[in-house]
Formats: sequence, C-alpha cells, structure tokens
Amino acid sequence: MSTGRKYLLRDVAPYGGDRTTVLLADGVVAAIGPEVSDDDATVIDGRGLVLLPGLVDLHTHLREPGREDAETIRTGTRAAALGGFTAVHAMANTTPTQDTAGVVEQVWRLGRDAGWVDVHPVGAVTVGLEGERLAELGAMAESRAQVRVFSDDGKCVHDPVLMRRALEYVKAFDGVVAQHAQEPRLTENAQMHEGVVSAELGLAGWPAVAEEAIIARDVLLAEHVGSRLHVCHLSTAGSVEIIRWAKSRGIDVTAEVTPHHLILTDELARGYDPTFKVNPPLRTQRDVEAVRAGLADGTIDIVATDHAPHTREDKDCEWAAAAFGMTGLETALSVVQETMVDTGRMTWTDVARVLSEAPARIGRVSDHGRPIAVGEPANLVLVDPAARRVINPEEQATKSGNSPFRGRDLSGCIVATFLRGRATVLDGTSCDEDVVVRW
Amino acid sequence: MKHLLSTGSLSHKQAVRILDTAGQMAATQAREIKKLPTLRGRTVVNLFFEDSTRTRISFETAAKRLSADVINFSAKGSSVSKGESLKDTALTLQAMGADAVVIRHHASGAPHTLAHSGWTHGAVINAGDGTHQHPTQALLDAFTLRRHLSGPGDVTGRDLAGLRVAIVGDVLHSRVARSNVQLLHTLGADVTLVAPPTLLPVGVDAWPAAVSYHLDEVIDTKPDAIMMLRVQRERMSSAGGGFFPSPLEYTRGYGLDARRLAAMPEHAIVLHPGPMNRGLEISADAADSPRAVIVEQVANGVAVRMAVLYLLLAGSEGTQDETRHDQTNDQPNDQTTKNETKVDA
Ligand SMILES: [Zn+2]
Repeated sequence: MSTGRKYLLRDVAPYGGDRTTVLLADGVVAAIGPEVSDDDATVIDGRGLVLLPGLVDLHTHLREPGREDAETIRTGTRAAALGGFTAVHAMANTTPTQDTAGVVEQVWRLGRDAGWVDVHPVGAVTVGLEGERLAELGAMAESRAQVRVFSDDGKCVHDPVLMRRALEYVKAFDGVVAQHAQEPRLTENAQMHEGVVSAELGLAGWPAVAEEAIIARDVLLAEHVGSRLHVCHLSTAGSVEIIRWAKSRGIDVTAEVTPHHLILTDELARGYDPTFKVNPPLRTQRDVEAVRAGLADGTIDIVATDHAPHTREDKDCEWAAAAFGMTGLETALSVVQETMVDTGRMTWTDVARVLSEAPARIGRVSDHGRPIAVGEPANLVLVDPAARRVINPEEQATKSGNSPFRGRDLSGCIVATFLRGRATVLDGTSCDEDVVVRW
Repeated sequence: MKHLLSTGSLSHKQAVRILDTAGQMAATQAREIKKLPTLRGRTVVNLFFEDSTRTRISFETAAKRLSADVINFSAKGSSVSKGESLKDTALTLQAMGADAVVIRHHASGAPHTLAHSGWTHGAVINAGDGTHQHPTQALLDAFTLRRHLSGPGDVTGRDLAGLRVAIVGDVLHSRVARSNVQLLHTLGADVTLVAPPTLLPVGVDAWPAAVSYHLDEVIDTKPDAIMMLRVQRERMSSAGGGFFPSPLEYTRGYGLDARRLAAMPEHAIVLHPGPMNRGLEISADAADSPRAVIVEQVANGVAVRMAVLYLLLAGSEGTQDETRHDQTNDQPNDQTTKNETKVDA
C-alpha cells in the first residue's frame, strides 16, 4: 500500500519532547534520529511542531446512510483528517440503522473508498435503537467491519435487563458497550441542563441525575457480570465522581468527555441559539472544572468529539424545535490544547493518550494509537501549537455549519496528517487529489 | 428598547415609564372617543402560534385604539411543530411590512429568536412564550398593583417599593410568574412564591424572591397582594404520576377561598391572570369578592399594551435611545399624546 512518496519530518518534537527527525516510508516510520535524512523524501520543516500519533475518535456521527444532506462519509472523514484524525468510529444512528452486518460493512467500505481516515463502524446494541431486543452483535463483530464498539448513542439502553445482556454478550468477541447515559423518564422533552439558567429561560431541564443514575447502575452491572463498559460523553461533576469510585473498585469502565463539555457552559443557552443545544447538555462551570480535573487525573480516559453535523433547517429555528448536537472534528485538538495543555494540566504525551492511544485501545483498533517508533504504522499528526485561528464554519470541511466555536479564536493548528505514511493533510490543507486517486 | 421580550431586561426607569405611559393611555380610554391617531399607517401583526383569545383581543384592541392596522395571523393548526414555519411566517410578515410583531408561541425563546434572527425588522413584543415570559401581563399586574397600593393621589412616577406580593401556584410552568418576579423585584416589591415543591423549578433559589410551601403561613405575614396562578388540571395526570395527588389536595393547600381571603389584611387585593379555574386555585367567593381586581386587570391590559406599542413604535426619539435622559425623552412624548388626542377629539 505504499504511495511511493516518502516524508522527512525534520526537527519535529514527538510528544512535545526533544527535537528529532522522522522518516516515513512504505507506510511505516522508517527511521528516527537527529541525523536521519533521505534525498528522495519530501522534507517538512518541523521546527516548532509537535508530532503525535494520529488521533482516534471513538464517537463520530457521519450521518451516511440516511442524512447525506448533513454529512457524508466523504465530507465527514475529510473533516476528520483536517482535525488530525486517522481513525474514527462512526455512530450507529444512521438510516437504516447500523444494526446488521450489511449496513456496517457498507459504512466501512464507504470509509475505505473515501480514504481520508479509517472508518470503524459502531454497531447498534438493539434493533433500530429501539431498546427492545439485541441486534445481531456477533454478525457485526464477524463482518469485514469487525465491529467492537456497540452503542445505541442518541438513545440510552435504559432497560437494565437488556443492558446486562448486552454487556455479557459482547464479551465473546472482546466488544464493549458504549452507553449514552440518559434516564429517559427524567429527561422527557428536556431542552437544556436543569439549573439556574433553565429556571430563568423556561426551558425544560435535563437534570444531572438523569446521567449519573444510569452511569451508577451501569458500573454496578458491569462489575456484576465482569464486563467492560464505556461511558459516552459524560458531562457532570457527579458522573466523574462515580467513575472515579468505580475505577477504585476495579470495575472495568472507561469514560469519555467531549471537547465542548471541557469549555462551554449552559450560560450559552441564554441567547436561545440552538447551536448550543446538545445532548448531553452544556452544564455549569463547576461541571466543566470537574471534567477537566477528571481528564487530567485519568478518571476520564479519552476525549471524543461527538461530532454531530446538522443541516441549517435543523438549527435555524426556535430552540425547542432544533436538533441536538454540534460539530467538533476540526476543533477538537485545539480545545484540548487550550483547556488542558495551555493551562498546564496536561502534557502532549497526555494528549496522545486521551486522543489516540486510549480510544484505539477501547475500540480495539490495533494499528492506530501506536508509539512513534521505527516499524510502527505511520499514522501521525503534526501540530503547530503556537498558531492561532478564528473558527469559521463555512470554511470547514464538514458539510454542516453548527460549530459552537464560530468566531472564536482557538489555539493550535493541524499542519499535516499521515495515514499509513500517506499525507491526507499537508500545510494545513487537505490533499484532495492524492486521496481521491488512492484507491 | 427596540423589542419587549422579557421583563428581565427592563430597567427601573423603563418600567416606570411604561406604567406612566399606560396611565396616560388609561385616561384617554375614559373618554367617549377612545381612538388616538398615533399609529395611523403602522401595521401591527398578531402572530399567535398558540390559542389565546383574550391576549390577542387585548393587543388587537390596544393597536386599534392607536389607529394601527392590525393583521391577525393564527398559525395554530398548521404544522408549527417544526421551526421552519416560524421563520417562513416571519419572512412573510416582513414582506407585508409589519412594524411590530406581537408573538405568542409555545416554545420558550421563540420571540427572542424572531427578534435576533434578522427574519423581521419590526419590533417584537412577546405575548407569552412557552414557560419563559409574558412581559405585558407582568406590566399590567404592576400597573394594577401600583394603582391600588402605592398610596393616595397621582401615582405617576411611583414604583412598588416595599409592597409585599405573594405569587401562588404553578410557578414551574408559569411565564406569568417568571415575568412578575423580575419586574416586581425591579420595581422594589418583595415577592414570595408559594407552591408545592413539585411546582417550583430547580434553580428557583437564584430568583429574587422568597419561597414558601405553605400558603397559610404566607397569608399570616399579611401580604399586600396575592396573585393566583392558573393551575392546569392536566398537571395532575402528567409525567411521574402528576405534580400533586388530587385537585382536592391542591385546593386545600393552595387554593384561595373565603377563609384565606378573610385572613388577609383589609387593604390587600387579589389578582389572577385568567382564565380562572374556579374551585381549583380560586373559589367563587374569592374570585367575585370586591378585593379581587381580576376584571380591572383586563382593562388595564389594554392600556399597558397601548403604552408598549406606543413606546416601541411612535417615534424613535422616545424609545430607542435609552441612554438619554428620561426627562428629555418624556417631554416630546407627552406632547405628542396630548396634541394628537386633541386633534382626534
Ligand atoms: Zn450520545
């Protein structure tokens, strides 16, 4: 799968550490060292740039099949590459639902054909996300898509018996259930975080306890049946506490936080701009502090985008009528840098852990999130942490404009992304021709 | 002030000014010929996504008495559950040249969205949005409270300093309560919310109001006014088995009846935004007692809505630049009212 092209990343800082030079050839890291050179290679001046393993997103909505007006696998994965990702997990709430081997294989193949990142479809836990009976989890696991992550994301597997069965069943193929923790009865018609702001705005509240109660139940279920559990996009201080407690008991649970929950709060709902309507909802400053602390101390394992593109029609309306969700692939690393690295709470090594190594491990993706070492697959991203940019959704690769960071000045830029040694992004620009001709 | 979306954004000065203007409007309404030419040639659209005959008629009457052209647009029954219709409707109204849009909508924040979307250039007046705000209702309540309770003589320029007002009932779902808490606080009144805990929102502790679960205890503190909120019977059977066990139990705890009315101070008045559920939150004795000002509220509603339309639409000099001194703002407005009244009479 060699493209023939070689890249010499001169004077880059792997994990933000000492500068060295890295040669990419034949799809792998061919050599590392200050003296490495290669006359045939394309040279990239890496001074000031941080080299990380390519980012892995455990939670992406690519919308295809079904809502190609909001995003396609091609546009979404191109956005992912521009955001520094080399692999994404495509959530199952498509139309038709990714609940059979046929649909997950289709998504997997469309991802391969697009060529921007490796697409790992997530399989639905229940048929049609209806929460009534298990989907054919085994068939999806054994398909060419090799599904390992199962989720009814957008809906919660709220029936405790069904959740127990799912946790048990996926052990047969080392799968994991990724739970969207939302007690449905406590959140009927809910519009935003329940608290001071919702009380004033007259928007029906989404209480923190609706998330925490499910997480508490699920960690106990996972302990009881000896399964591993992944908690999607946790958003409250209480959820962090429960995960911390569960881990201290030795329960095999992992947890994710989104970039937006690391930086935005429910105060943004005051303008009734549905761009800020998301599930789980933006919480309070206290919760933001708690999830940052949880990410820094390892209670929260990963950052995942929950990239949720929506058409203008679905956001250009009154709050209650608008869809939940915001885009995030092209801003995720910047938000993590700004909230965690620039503040001194995490190193670039930690960033590699939470945005690449740990999500790859949870998703059982063996060729991503690897060490930057000779012989390893050249799935890498080159970041300029000193750069700043103002976010303009119209200039992004995602098909949808619902970025919550419109007009906001964020730290850090992706300079280059490599998928198995091939540049998908160079000079901050997507390598459209190379990628399109590849397959 | 370009729009009226929430009482929370009204300053003390602005609020008193609206009440004073409403006072002038009310005075004109005592005359035989009630119509003023002030808004001749201007178009006011009543955009109602939710049924409310009484509020619509009140706004319509107010606009017509100021000689505005009124278009009633009832969007109820059409497919309004999706937001496109708000946008498309607004664009249609814009094309018709609406100078003001009076909007009633089931979604909290819809008037805010309309005002800030660029879909319409006219003034937006919130006539009730979801469980958020109903600012003209609060203004007419404040107007009524001021007229009865701020002491003898001309009430112009006064606020509600020191008045103690109890708001009783379904605060959780009430836009009237939200609007009143903010406005009455701005005007200096002390507000106590009285409701069963299930009908108070999480976060109410941040409001500028005291909270009690016991109506009798609050009545014992001798409030100057008691405002009864409508309690919808459906609340009893909705999610979670209902917000209270039975209408009877609600009435026992929170209904205003003859006994509780008698326990109130001599001067205290009873308000209700209507429509009333007689026998649930208010008994017939209380509703029909001389201390109930419920019918007067309706009349005051027209005067207050005239004032709001007038201040938002009649001449930018008086309304748009609130940073200027009120004195200089007030004078030309008073002049206009008097002059035009003369012409009309
Ligand atoms: Zn989710």
